[in-house]
Amino acid sequence: MNYVSVAGRTADAARQASRPLVSLRNVSKQFATGTLAIRGASLDLAPGEFASLLGPSGCGKSTLLRIIAGLTEPSAGTVEWPSACPDASPGATGGARPDIGFVFQDPTLMPWANALRNVMLPLTLARVPKPEAESRALEMLELVGLKGFEKAYPRELSGGMKMRVSIARALVTRPRILLMDEPFAALDEITRHRLNDDLLALWWRHRLTVLFVTHSVFESVYLSQRIVVMAARPGRVMADLANDAPYPRDDLFRTSAEYAHLCRVASETLKRAIMQ
Amino acid sequence: MTDTPLASPSAAPQHGFDAEARPGLAEERRVLGLAVSAWPGVIAPIVIGVLALALWEAIVRIKAIPPYILPGPVLIAQTIVQDWGTLSQSLLITLRITFAALIAAVVVGVALAILFTQSKWLEKSLFPYAVILQVTPIVAIAPLIIIWVGDINLSLLICAWIVAFFPILSNTILGLNSADHNLVDLFRLYRASRWQTLRYLRLPAALPYFLGGVKISGGLALIGAVVAEFVAGTGGRASGLAYRILESGYRLQIPRMFAALVLVSASGIAIFVLTSTISHLVLRRWHESAIRREA
Ligand SMILES: Nc1ncnc2c1ncn2[C@@H]1O[C@H](COP(=O)(O)OP(=O)(O)OP(=O)(O)O)[C@@H](O)[C@H]1O
Ligand SMILES: [Mg+2]
Repeated sequence: MNYVSVAGRTADAARQASRPLVSLRNVSKQFATGTLAIRGASLDLAPGEFASLLGPSGCGKSTLLRIIAGLTEPSAGTVEWPSACPDASPGATGGARPDIGFVFQDPTLMPWANALRNVMLPLTLARVPKPEAESRALEMLELVGLKGFEKAYPRELSGGMKMRVSIARALVTRPRILLMDEPFAALDEITRHRLNDDLLALWWRHRLTVLFVTHSVFESVYLSQRIVVMAARPGRVMADLANDAPYPRDDLFRTSAEYAHLCRVASETLKRAIMQ
Repeated sequence: MTDTPLASPSAAPQHGFDAEARPGLAEERRVLGLAVSAWPGVIAPIVIGVLALALWEAIVRIKAIPPYILPGPVLIAQTIVQDWGTLSQSLLITLRITFAALIAAVVVGVALAILFTQSKWLEKSLFPYAVILQVTPIVAIAPLIIIWVGDINLSLLICAWIVAFFPILSNTILGLNSADHNLVDLFRLYRASRWQTLRYLRLPAALPYFLGGVKISGGLALIGAVVAEFVAGTGGRASGLAYRILESGYRLQIPRMFAALVLVSASGIAIFVLTSTISHLVLRRWHESAIRREA
């Protein structure tokens, strides 16, 4: 694995200060069909970090995310949570971890439940008393800018609003890490930009750790402190780019020379990932 | 109907704020509790029906067809009124069997479907027998059931149930397995128990399929009850509508036979309307099938 320095220091150095939140070592995944989706991927995520996972279609980004979430077992290698509390250790349910927030590409809401019930779901499943679950869910809806829409059903919400409900649901358990699998890929550009900004604000204010899968170079550069580029066939981590541009980032950042430079570096790396 | 439903001024779109795009605020004008745009759909079939009946009556009168060959609609209506005492009692008996069979079909169908989705092994070993029950013609096994069971009402109920339960079973199984895969993963992520997954995910996801099954089974239960009663009726051991049809046939009381037939059809229509309405009311907030498209 080669580290590419972008802003004068390696991404590795930035992370040496603290213990990683999650640490993947030589993770491989071969499906029953024989597809080798990931080969020997290693990755450390520091607490509070905003990292993007960038790569061509089919390089195993979703698979890697599912492995971190415990939804898929790796065929080889380990996923460790060095600072995890004991009750969050892998249990009977195949190692799935409730202290993770997961956001899918589609909002994946229950169509028969209104926004409030959808956001309450993780708490309902954890048997949190209803009044408490309700007030926490309301708080989350307000946080994602959906105050007043508690009673609305998913079909009554726009695509962007559904995505906001989905993010509120992922955040309602106060997870240690937010895993997002191309969450805004299906949205129009204006909505995507707005959700990007709101996500950054949430991350900044609540010190979340975010691993954000995308295949948009621009989105990864705009959002993250770190861009992990994956190559396909078999999926592997190819480069780890640091992005030290200061926050808060806004439209001004999008027109800056720094942004253009970072985009060029990331896109060249991605191109090499595709060519290989 | 030319005026398209418009949202009230307060719900007019404001720039850049999708909060105001909330649908369901636009209420259509209603006449007799029915939306204006829904009336043509009600009136058209009624007009066709009335025309057809008028034509029927006219042909019967002009050609002077005797009532024991083909009674006109007026005579049939008169017969229904005259014989209401006997006919209503038969109607009640048939409806009772139909609804009891439908309820039994719902209970057994849903219970089996849940069992089957909890254990593949159970499904594999039992489902083939459900299919055998479904494909065996009810006319062929009704006599056996009547002989074995003895009690006539119970055997009719069993026959109607056999016909009615399969659509509910297979539809509910399909529905329970149709939950969004990502949602299933989400439930796993939050370590939902089997029971929680069933209650909060699989059962609601199965609801539209289940209700579709009930809509089919309602009609089938009636058909099952009537067919079984025809079989029983040939032995003179029944008293529902099918038996009235048989009896009137023997006695050449053709208007009365038609009257009973009309009541059977009317029951079928009523059951369909009832199950459709229930389905619509249950699903209207969220399911695509029940959502009216704005023109
Ligand atoms: N359940 C599965 N069974 C078999 N093969 C699978 C399965 N899931 C994914 N794969 C294969 O693994 C590889 C990686 O898939 P994955 O979905 O992780 O890619 P991705 O990077 O998320 O792609 P995209 O950007 O298109 O979402 C693909 O070749 C895919 O066909
Ligand atoms: Mg993917």
